[in-house]
Amino acid sequence: MLVNMLTGSLEQGLAYALMALGVFLTFRVLNFPDLTVDGSFPLGAAVSARLIIAGTHPLLAMLTAIILGVMAGLLTGFLHTRLKIAGLLAGIITMTALYSINLRVMGRSNLPLLRQNSLLTIVQDLGFSRMAATLLSFFLIVILIKILFDFFLHTELGLALRATGNNPRMITSLGVAPQKMIILGLGLANGLAALSGALVAQYQGFADIGMGIGMIIVGLASVIIGESIIRNKRIVWATKGVIIGSIVYRFLISSALRLGFSPTDLKLVTAILVIIPLARPRRGWLEGIKKIAMKEKEAG
Amino acid sequence: MLRLKNIFKTYYPGEPNQQKALAGINLDLKQGDFLTIIGSNGAGKSTLLNIIAGDIEPDSGSVIFHGKDITRRPAHRRAGFIGRVFQDPLAGTAAEMSVAENLALAKVRGQKRRLNRAIKKESRTEFAGILKTLGLGLENRLDESVGLLSGGQRQALTLLMAVLGSPQILLLDEYIAALDPSTAEQIISLTGKIVSQKGLTVFMVTHDLRQALKTGTRTIMMDRGEIILDIEAEKRKTLTVADLLERFARLRGRELTDDRILLQAR
Ligand SMILES: Nc1ncnc2c1ncn2[C@@H]1O[C@H](COP(=O)(O)OP(=O)(O)O)[C@@H](O)[C@H]1O
Ligand SMILES: [Mg+2]
Repeated sequence: MLVNMLTGSLEQGLAYALMALGVFLTFRVLNFPDLTVDGSFPLGAAVSARLIIAGTHPLLAMLTAIILGVMAGLLTGFLHTRLKIAGLLAGIITMTALYSINLRVMGRSNLPLLRQNSLLTIVQDLGFSRMAATLLSFFLIVILIKILFDFFLHTELGLALRATGNNPRMITSLGVAPQKMIILGLGLANGLAALSGALVAQYQGFADIGMGIGMIIVGLASVIIGESIIRNKRIVWATKGVIIGSIVYRFLISSALRLGFSPTDLKLVTAILVIIPLARPRRGWLEGIKKIAMKEKEAG
Repeated sequence: MLRLKNIFKTYYPGEPNQQKALAGINLDLKQGDFLTIIGSNGAGKSTLLNIIAGDIEPDSGSVIFHGKDITRRPAHRRAGFIGRVFQDPLAGTAAEMSVAENLALAKVRGQKRRLNRAIKKESRTEFAGILKTLGLGLENRLDESVGLLSGGQRQALTLLMAVLGSPQILLLDEYIAALDPSTAEQIISLTGKIVSQKGLTVFMVTHDLRQALKTGTRTIMMDRGEIILDIEAEKRKTLTVADLLERFARLRGRELTDDRILLQAR
């Protein structure tokens, strides 16, 4: 039972890790609260499912998902930098628009991938069990993406992107337009989210219009859990932390299920999981309570 | 090399909180000129530097660089020839990135940034070499986050970054005001060395009148958005701080009353 729970968490954690890396890129590296993910993740699932059903090679379907995810991110970037719409709102607008687009892509609200070729069946055909195929392919994809991601953030362009999130005035004075970096980062992050959606669709065997709801919070939870496990702030460590965070998050969620929470309660559990580390109670809040208690004691 | 022609700038024009910041600024600088700028708080010194850097556009007038009108060119497209050090010692560096990464960001100033590894072995040697000139031991801290450095160390690093990637103009806006006197002294002398070595054209805003007269090649005094005094090389030598204050009073019909300046001038 525990073994099942562990492998399940590992498989799902890896599949969602790419989306969490995207959230890390926007929220942490760029310092931009991007909510597009709630739409670009199911977009990736919808596009890849639809294409796979139409007979497209799964790898090509996944590539297409990435490209469309990037475009969703670029749209948010455009809304924010060119049309001057606030960052949070720009993401919500794209996410809302994507809901309709995703329905169009799928043609209905749930698209099953029964008996379809998928990345997983292709690997299985090489002689692996379903579980081995899943772990192997997801692991390889995540490692590959992590290496590329880390490398990118150490290139000239990647450094400029990180500096944009850190100190936009300074990077402007060195010749970089922060707005371009924001657009670039949003594109990459949502490309990752879409790829993640494509993996999850193939893993669970269907794409669903509701599968993106709360995705941003899932991503944030993974990032935060990762940060509390791996304290090293260096990029290579931080991204390792995000991946581990995504896996641990899945483990916590399946533990919650085992404790008797119903699947529909999980969003609430996730929300609480995020509130606890993010909350910064007003300083002196506890002291204030203590003071009142003392006074009452004296009075009494 | 750099000409400012009849620059005007008013913040919030037509609104109740309207602020006239610059009113008809004309300046002409040659390569290698070192201008020191003085004037009381609100005189328009920072606005002038921001207009040169491209952070803000003037309402009218033009900025000419090597004969080209760059008045409407955005800041990031001027960065190739302009290096800056801000007054806030934290403003010129990225705190969460390492010393080497900050230098690497400055090294490709104004150039297209590519998908190359930003820090190669050679650049580490190069960075260690230039950090050594500071004498602060930063050459041994290449991989530390800049956020761990003191304000003085960060400002020294910002100065190095501001002259990396061969800019032609250096803008210094009260860049030592927030530092302790000995660090400030050290950074001033380092500035002198770098500037003469690279033949930079410098704008240095300071509220230290004595400093202004003994540094650089030319001093201007600003008041209410205008240049009221412009003193060239030779004449500065004989001028004292008392002379400056007296001439201000004569020209403007009032005393210079800026606590910071007067404190320094005593
Ligand atoms: N961003 C701004 N918005 C509105 N008013 C400003 C702004 N920056 C400067 N000012 C006003 O413009 C005038 C000149 O300011 P500034 O250039 O900062 O002077 P200095 O650097 O000489 O102290 C002042 O009256 C100041 O209040
Ligand atoms: Mg100022």
